[in-house]
Amino acid sequence: MFIVKYIKDILGAVKSLAIGMKRTLYYFTHHKEIITQQYPDNKDTLVLPERFKGEVVMPHNEVNEHRCTGCTACELACPNGTIKVVTKFDITPDGKKKKAIDKLVYHLELCTMCNLCIEACPSDAIKMAQTFEHSVYDRSQLTKILNNPGSKIMEGVE
Amino acid sequence: MYRQTDIISDAQVSPQEGDLVINVGPQHPATHGVLHLVITLNGETIKKVEPHLGYIHRSIEKMCESLTYRQFIYVTSRMDYLSAHINNHACALCVEKGLQVEIPARAQVIRVLMDELTRIASHELWWGAMAMDLGAFTPFFHAFRERETINDIMEETCGARLTMNYMVPGGVMQDVHPNFQRRVKEFIQLYKRKIHEYDELVTGNIIFQNRMKGVGYLSPEDAVAYGCSGPVTRGSGVSSDIRKIYPYEIYDKLNFDEVLESGGDSFARYMIRIREMHESIKIIEQLIDNIPEGDFQAKTKAVLKLPKGEFYTRVETARGELGVYIVSEGGTTPYRIKFRSPGFSNLSVLDHIARGSKIGDLVAMMGTLDLVIPDIDR
Ligand code: SF4
Ligand code: SF4
Repeated sequence: MFIVKYIKDILGAVKSLAIGMKRTLYYFTHHKEIITQQYPDNKDTLVLPERFKGEVVMPHNEVNEHRCTGCTACELACPNGTIKVVTKFDITPDGKKKKAIDKLVYHLELCTMCNLCIEACPSDAIKMAQTFEHSVYDRSQLTKILNNPGSKIMEGVE
Repeated sequence: MYRQTDIISDAQVSPQEGDLVINVGPQHPATHGVLHLVITLNGETIKKVEPHLGYIHRSIEKMCESLTYRQFIYVTSRMDYLSAHINNHACALCVEKGLQVEIPARAQVIRVLMDELTRIASHELWWGAMAMDLGAFTPFFHAFRERETINDIMEETCGARLTMNYMVPGGVMQDVHPNFQRRVKEFIQLYKRKIHEYDELVTGNIIFQNRMKGVGYLSPEDAVAYGCSGPVTRGSGVSSDIRKIYPYEIYDKLNFDEVLESGGDSFARYMIRIREMHESIKIIEQLIDNIPEGDFQAKTKAVLKLPKGEFYTRVETARGELGVYIVSEGGTTPYRIKFRSPGFSNLSVLDHIARGSKIGDLVAMMGTLDLVIPDIDR
């Protein structure tokens, strides 16, 4: 009886292996079902979803204006001190002082892409960009200033 | 109800002459992370397995204490990163319990859908990694095909593939993407078309079955005594599904079964996870066409303050019971946070089930415990 069981076991093992190998061979001959993407080669056609969280950016319009009022809500919302808002006071034409941002410093190396700053911003001044190739040679290059040089706040944004 | 077993009494096994003490890890491909096992061997037989922890301790609990109730949730994605949604969900639930806010029905359904998708993705990864531990490399790619589809869905709706930070106190951060329902239905079809491959490649394989059946036996009493949870206890026939015992969100209105196996060995734990994927698909099918209209987030204050007191919630992650305990002093940050993570208790049972078996089976046993090391160390 032992010998019968032994032979049965071997036959069963061969059969189950054959079933598995059939599956592997199926994919070997059906190239259409392969879903692998050739990453660096498909860079031109690679589109990430619009919600993908890659990096915080501040959009500017054609005349170099942004929507940031310098309220520091993003700075307070950020869990790890990634954003630092540096404000200054502009003198408006009628002689009043008005708070505005000087620099919005963003440390990409600290950012965890949690989206909390974007949720917190009351004037939709910042958003997530769909970039992901962030490697640079020196970490100081990862500290970015989000507002363009010479930019100012858009008309009508309070 | 359960008999107290004599686990503690044989805890002290010191190496004798002729025994071999080897280190597995902290950098070892089979431990899936920086886990360090000190194994005492007598020939090929395991006498003792001693896990050494702390290599990936990031002090998440302490870190959370300096973050506000909105901020601390994202950190918990980094505990059990394969169930990131469910971790976030547990924390959001706990904060909501303190704030006593009602969650809109739409948000509840979205949360449950995301949880179940995460559970499937996590089990897929486990299945691939488990087969790889046993020397089969092909299943890994098959599992990743389905998991990739889920990741794409997550990427589209939550903006990230692994650490989503999508659950916020009061609901979810953004509404689901317009494509969400279509993509999930496509995934269900893909899953149903492909799931038989899992059985062809691994489950039915005689070599695999021989390596799993009767290995790493865990009795129901020991499973309870060690505080195991999730598939590890259910593999021993102990009902432990938090979704059934302490239903949260809309789980009590859903039609799904708690999967139970009575074997208690590695194969039973394997089958539990395979069958749980089917149950999750069942839940998703019930909900995907019935996402109610309405808000995806309840109105909450900009600065959240929990009343003075203690709050505890638990959820069922892909690995077992995750408990979140918050002590509040009434401020904007928690006074103390404690996570009861499933991985830690499940790891503690490894020494018990490994004793007396062969060293070659250790990796298979560890695989069926489905350990995620950052979840153990936090
Ligand atoms: S995404 Fe998160 S971590 Fe990054 S800057 Fe915004 S709040 Fe800070
Ligand atoms: S980016 Fe938004 S939140 Fe941050 S300072 Fe500017 S306006 Fe305020």
